[in-house]
Amino acid sequence: MITLKIDGIEVQVPEETTVLKAAEKVGVWIPTMCHNDLFEPYAVCRLCSVEVVRGKRSRVVTACNYPVSEGIEVLTDSENIRWIRKFLMELILSRWPNVKVVKEMAEKLNVGKPRYESLEKDEAEDACILCGQCVNVCREVVQANVIGFSYRGIKREVVLPLGEQSDKCIVCGACALVCPTGHIKMVIEDYKGKKPEFTLGPKTSIYVPTMQGIPRVPVIDAESCIHFKTGGCEVCAKVCEPHAVNYDMKDEIVEIDVGQILLSTGYDIFDASKMTQFGYGRLNDVYSSLEFEMMLSSMGPTSGKVLTKDGKEPRSIGIVHCVGSRDTNHHPYCSRVCCMYALKFAHLVCDRTDAEIYQFYIDMRAFGKGYEEFYVRILDEGVKVIRGKVAEVSEVTSSGEYKNQLIIRCEDTLAGKILEVPVDMVILCNAIEPRKDIDAVRRLFSISKSPDGFFLERHPKLDPTSTMSDGIYIAGCAQGPKDIPDTVAQASSAAARILSYISKGEVEIDPVRAWIDDKYCAGCRICNNLCPYTAIDFIEEKKISQINDVLCKGCGTCVAACPASAITGKGFSDAQIVAELEGLLAI
Amino acid sequence: MAKPKLALYWAASCGGCEVAVLDIEVKILDVAAFFDIIFWPCATDFKYKDVEAMPDKSITLCLFNGSIRNSENEKLAKLLRAKSVVLVAFGSCAHEGCIPALANLTTKEEIFKTVYLDTVSTYNPEKRFPQPITKIKEGEIEIPVFYERVKALDQVVDVDYYIPGCPPQSTQVAAVIEAVIDILQNGKPLPPKGTILGAGDKTCCDECPRTREEKKIKHFYRPHEIFADPNKCLLDQGIICLGPATRSGCGALCVKANVPCRGCYGAPPNVHDQGAKMMSAISSVIDAQDPAEIDKIIQEIVDPVGTFYRFSLAHSTLKGANL
Repeated sequence: MITLKIDGIEVQVPEETTVLKAAEKVGVWIPTMCHNDLFEPYAVCRLCSVEVVRGKRSRVVTACNYPVSEGIEVLTDSENIRWIRKFLMELILSRWPNVKVVKEMAEKLNVGKPRYESLEKDEAEDACILCGQCVNVCREVVQANVIGFSYRGIKREVVLPLGEQSDKCIVCGACALVCPTGHIKMVIEDYKGKKPEFTLGPKTSIYVPTMQGIPRVPVIDAESCIHFKTGGCEVCAKVCEPHAVNYDMKDEIVEIDVGQILLSTGYDIFDASKMTQFGYGRLNDVYSSLEFEMMLSSMGPTSGKVLTKDGKEPRSIGIVHCVGSRDTNHHPYCSRVCCMYALKFAHLVCDRTDAEIYQFYIDMRAFGKGYEEFYVRILDEGVKVIRGKVAEVSEVTSSGEYKNQLIIRCEDTLAGKILEVPVDMVILCNAIEPRKDIDAVRRLFSISKSPDGFFLERHPKLDPTSTMSDGIYIAGCAQGPKDIPDTVAQASSAAARILSYISKGEVEIDPVRAWIDDKYCAGCRICNNLCPYTAIDFIEEKKISQINDVLCKGCGTCVAACPASAITGKGFSDAQIVAELEGLLAI
Repeated sequence: MAKPKLALYWAASCGGCEVAVLDIEVKILDVAAFFDIIFWPCATDFKYKDVEAMPDKSITLCLFNGSIRNSENEKLAKLLRAKSVVLVAFGSCAHEGCIPALANLTTKEEIFKTVYLDTVSTYNPEKRFPQPITKIKEGEIEIPVFYERVKALDQVVDVDYYIPGCPPQSTQVAAVIEAVIDILQNGKPLPPKGTILGAGDKTCCDECPRTREEKKIKHFYRPHEIFADPNKCLLDQGIICLGPATRSGCGALCVKANVPCRGCYGAPPNVHDQGAKMMSAISSVIDAQDPAEIDKIIQEIVDPVGTFYRFSLAHSTLKGANL
């Protein structure tokens, strides 16, 4: 440890500490304009100049990059220093008189009108003050090395290589983030022929996916994280005090032996761009329900404000129900949750903006507890509900303040009129659909899917949580669209079923099983691949196939396929079925 | 003691079964020594009236081959049934219809048209067809009536036993004859009625020496379209082999010669419809999920009826095309 005095206050700091950091520790303010903890001190603004006294000798140094040494005394407010700061500040102010951070600093340092007139005076409010923070952050933190200084003296300026947009730029926005004057801005524009993609996602590359999640820990989005693009940054690791950030973590496969499995793999939302008439992905301000949910989130990109892409509050919003559901071209089923979340959207939008809200619905399905009451409340809030399927969303250009306006065309089937409703924003209530990988998952667990594509339950009324595979349970939207209360009920029921088996300790099986008669099986192996429960094994020594009684569910697939009729379904033998038919036909 | 009497008859068939009888080689001498062959039109000179003159149940054993195509076949089937103690359907035609029964896919009219008009080598400008009765100067001459449908022997008369195969393998024939001699000589009980003699209880796969894997078929090949691996299951290689749905007994003769089993030994025990069973099995192992792809694979099966019902059409559930 090194002991030194700052403005007469004694302080102990570790070696290698800079004077600036030591002063911060004792609460002595030293002005800075180019310093940032993210990167090495740059010492270009010189405002942090302090006087270092060692014995009888004294010299002026920059506090940001001057390391402490034993016994020195630092003076931050001496006559000399005050004069230097004033002089420096006057020079800065004379060149960039209208920049906010410059004016504020001048005020703090009691510097009024500068005595000098700059040859390169820049009166812009967002002028570049050559602090170099952008250059340093790009070089040291992002390690993209895209921004640099060019020319010298009063001609010095921040430039891109050869003054052109560079391939090396990963568009991370770090330069814009550190720029103290706002000179660097992030602009969404067409870039190399690629349409800018505008999606509402997490604001940062490291984020907490949901505040209700368990465990509530942040995750890194490797797609957008600077570290995974350039190998640099690691700012989150530097600031994390418990050193919990780990970039080396990889997906790993863990094998766990279990007796029962509950599948609650959730759902995907219908890709609304398939319905080109709604313009999703083509028109600005047409959002999917999940995107809008993200916008409404206080953690979201707009901090919960409802804004159009131009950053303006919409004057009117159209909410389109049944996008991809209740539609024979896509999904014939009802997604069940959309009506209610659409009403919730309307309620929240009413709460946060003055926008007019239109709901375009086919049938309002407010079926749950308290739902109808909520619907009535929404009507009281002035939300306009129009019964009719939207035909088209189109864009019109106007010369007014709102340059782009969306028009929703639809028939109001109650009034019997064709409507054209101008709105600033359209929210689509996308259908809930089975996950893309549902076939792979269901094959893995040997369960079926119903015609709508979701996991098939054992019985739609009497056994909606278990499947035809013993020990495999399903819950939530993996089984079919459902809302939170229904999901909780189903999952609780499945959990109870699982627990009942665990406490029982043994399993009863149905007597309906298939069996192979050794006398007739010649081991052709046709059945081997067919069993959805993988109950059939080929016995190499005997050259015949055998059925595992515990795994077999008596579905009869192998019975039908066995070309030698060596497999019989117990309780469903040919003789029994023929006898049943004869009995029926005798009536 | 008088020798047991043996009759052999050849109805609608190719004659291969007669050769199969002779194919038992020197054992035919045992047959001739033990039995008194009283009727065998193919080998010896007997007339139908000789048989008609015999008392009922005077023939100990009758081996009847060939299916019932016309009135003569039927008449002889009924006659021999009446005269025989034990009537055996010998060979695939008598057993389940065999190749002649594939004619059940068409009509008598169509067959006559093809045979008496359409074939290139036929010269029949008056478009004459065979008539059962023709009047000539000397009186009337009669030929058998050609039936609309071909039937197996047991669809016309009561049959005691069956010896399957097209033709039955000579070793099996010899074994059956030996067993019969043994039974008759030593007074042993007969096997239950309806027993299939000279065959096994499993399927052809049981005798097949090839290695079988789990089946996943992406393509069907006809035998000439592919060089089949001599050690691997032919069905695994996409060649339709009826072995899995065919009764064992032949010793897997065809598959040992790199030719798929055609199913001549008929359905295994418990199987009622050999062709349907084989189709059910094959459709289960087609390795595709997409309906269009499945359709394409199925289209590769040329002549499904002729493939799956080559020998068993008369005995099948449908018995023929529903024309």
